[in-house]
Amino acid sequence: MNVTKSLENKKLTVVVEGRLDTLTAPDLEEELVPALEGVEALVFDLSKLAYISSAGLRVLVGAAQTMDDHSGSMSIVNANEDVRNIFDITGLADVLGVE
Amino acid sequence: MQELTLPALVENLPRVLEFVDGNLEGLGLSPADRMQMDVAVEEIFVNIASYAYNPEEGPATVRFETTKSPATVIIRFMDRGVPYDPLAKPDPDLDQPLQKRRRGGLGIYVVKQYMDGIEYEYRDGQNILTLKKTL
Repeated sequence: MNVTKSLENKKLTVVVEGRLDTLTAPDLEEELVPALEGVEALVFDLSKLAYISSAGLRVLVGAAQTMDDHSGSMSIVNANEDVRNIFDITGLADVLGVE
Repeated sequence: MQELTLPALVENLPRVLEFVDGNLEGLGLSPADRMQMDVAVEEIFVNIASYAYNPEEGPATVRFETTKSPATVIIRFMDRGVPYDPLAKPDPDLDQPLQKRRRGGLGIYVVKQYMDGIEYEYRDGQNILTLKKTL
């Protein structure tokens, strides 16, 4: 998994590439925790994400809750069909702002 | 039938997926089905690695089989850890608002959605969890 972050006017875009699974999810969480401070809009670009399991969902739910705590927003863009499917079946598409 | 036995440790997940994916090769699965199989295998193996022997270590066996009519992939997980039926847990409430959402607890639910069959039994000191997916 590779994570690329870019911050612009309190909007943080996070590109997650590869596999977001039990082994890599803790790394994403570690990248996110310090990066979210002061961020008003968080956007996950999942165009390069090939695979996600419940461990990945857990980190995304945590990020959404953190943003919500600070009255910020979160959205998920460009998820492929298979990744999008797991958001749909877990009822997370709406609460995570999947577009 | 193919079988892999290895220490039930989270860091062995790539070896388990390699074993399963190697056996799925040539069966003509769509990329969607392939990801669903991988997710289900990850969730079950990680569950075993996290809870079966904790804090000790022990082995897990993954058995891969197929049937022809109907064409089905059957993956069986066996361990000698504490008896644990993951299917006994109630499904998560998917209508909860964001702040009331528990961060975890979705794994087994996802497996149930992705597989066509999932069975648990405890027999001869073994947890036996079987996943079935119709091709």
